[in-house]
Amino acid sequence: MDIVVIGLLLGGTYALIAIGLQLQYGVARIMNLANGELLVAGSFGAFWFFSSAQLSPLLSLFIVTPLAFVFNWLIYQYLIRPLVRRAKNRGQLEVDSILATFGLSFIFVGLMTAIFGGEYFSYSYLEQPFNLLNQSYGLNRIAAFLVSVVFCVALYIWINRTQTGLTLRAVAVAPESAGLVGINVPNTLALAFALGGAVTAAGGASLSMFLTFDASVGVIFTMKALIIVIMGGVRAINGVIISAFILGFVETAVATLIDPGLTLAAAYLLFIFILLFKPQGLFGGHAS
Amino acid sequence: MTKREKRSIIPVFLIFASAALIPLVDTGYWLSISISVVMYTVLATSWTLFSGPTHYISLATAAFFGIGMYTVAGGLELLPFPFLVFLAGIIGAILAAVIGLATLRLSGVYFVIFTLGLAEFIRQIFTWVQTTMGTSSGLYVLTDITESIIFWELLALAMLVFGLGWWIGRSRLGFALRIIGNDEIVAAHCGINTARAKIVLFIVSGSIASVTGALLSPRWTYVEPGIAFSPMISFQVVIMALLGGTHRLWGPLLGVIPFTLLWDVISTFFPNQTTLLLGISFLLIVYLIPNGIVGLVEKIYSNWISGNREQFN
Repeated sequence: MDIVVIGLLLGGTYALIAIGLQLQYGVARIMNLANGELLVAGSFGAFWFFSSAQLSPLLSLFIVTPLAFVFNWLIYQYLIRPLVRRAKNRGQLEVDSILATFGLSFIFVGLMTAIFGGEYFSYSYLEQPFNLLNQSYGLNRIAAFLVSVVFCVALYIWINRTQTGLTLRAVAVAPESAGLVGINVPNTLALAFALGGAVTAAGGASLSMFLTFDASVGVIFTMKALIIVIMGGVRAINGVIISAFILGFVETAVATLIDPGLTLAAAYLLFIFILLFKPQGLFGGHAS
Repeated sequence: MTKREKRSIIPVFLIFASAALIPLVDTGYWLSISISVVMYTVLATSWTLFSGPTHYISLATAAFFGIGMYTVAGGLELLPFPFLVFLAGIIGAILAAVIGLATLRLSGVYFVIFTLGLAEFIRQIFTWVQTTMGTSSGLYVLTDITESIIFWELLALAMLVFGLGWWIGRSRLGFALRIIGNDEIVAAHCGINTARAKIVLFIVSGSIASVTGALLSPRWTYVEPGIAFSPMISFQVVIMALLGGTHRLWGPLLGVIPFTLLWDVISTFFPNQTTLLLGISFLLIVYLIPNGIVGLVEKIYSNWISGNREQFN
């Protein structure tokens, strides 16, 4: 029972992170290998506000997320856009953007190590126990879970109920045709990329409430987010949320029953399984 | 063989022969740098064999390299060294076949993602196995193989890789791979079994990386998962190959030599900024010299030729 609840709480934050990546890959069509580093940057942001200004992560989220939005928007405009223009076809863009974001991820790791140092970081926030079904859980985990729920619901409503959300969906389905009906495709792509980065950073800030992190841990989260997105289906938001819970549950089970050092290995096994039997994702239509 | 290829045989042999003399001249710093150059030449060239024509970026070199290293480190007390090197090649081939079967039938992105975390995945498993089965986290590799011998072994491997690359380049397989790289759908319509062609070449590439790891194992006297599966190896191989240029067999070599020398300077003077500088060099290559040094040289050369022609007309 313990495993189920902790897995569920962890899965909530994973869902948020994976939706961030999904916006970048599914809508903006950029495979962003620096995604995990932006997440860690979010964690560092929350850590910095907490340790220097005693600002609660729940409040600093409102500073970190818009900052991440602007930062990612700039990355798209100045680093990704030239590649989009240069690329002769989709494959070329894919290779270029993978290499560029891969390089970016190193730059971020290098910068964060230079600023904060290479050791592990954590801070204690809301470390009181909270009773749930006769078991006690860290209140910080529950707070992080609620943050993800709020963000996911807000995003879901925004994407499905607003005009901008509609253009976003249109570009996700057919970027060429979207331009024909008067949608500003380049701006929408930039918006999706920036929004994805912002959501990821928010995920990072909420993860930092209960997880220890260091400057180079980002790639693990990139992997996890990618595995979740592939498992759920590149453009299926519901699928991604369910897959995030599956991964959170499997990881928690492996960490408590076998060894905490094997969490990525567990995620990998899941990944291999998906690739072999359902590469289009559990809830996706056709593989793209 | 074309006339041009026949003419280049002698210079190529001269280069290899003079390289083989290096250990006789110096067994200190320059030998150790030369080992790194040859090691990365083998790794980057074998990486290019697969990733060059197909444009599938493999980030798994460290995984193969580490597997090879561990094969030697783990089996040294039971089996002779040459056999272990051979075994490392087989294990690398099997691993590559499994990865290939799982991912290369799908679009390229799955392959990149899979290889991105592969070294870390294997590292976690090895660490776990070692800590649950034994008490120590590493293995000792004690042999009487000197650095000079390692260098010669690697040089021989490099010759093999270049020979293999040349042969693949003119075979049906190499031709099929170039078509796949240009347009996979066209390749499939031509009747090429695209998945099979990709998997075969990935096996070749992975197996070579494992053998390289096996040959280098005696250089470290103590091997542990963190060293053997260091992800840096994968990234450096990719960056060197891209810097040199991946559309020619000898392209990576032109990237390996300057980068290894430069990297040696960087890690001596800025040991804490290596990650940052690696990232910056990545971006510089992607944005400024997308076709590598070879592409740059060829462009200048063709401009020069056409410039000369205009003068004559």
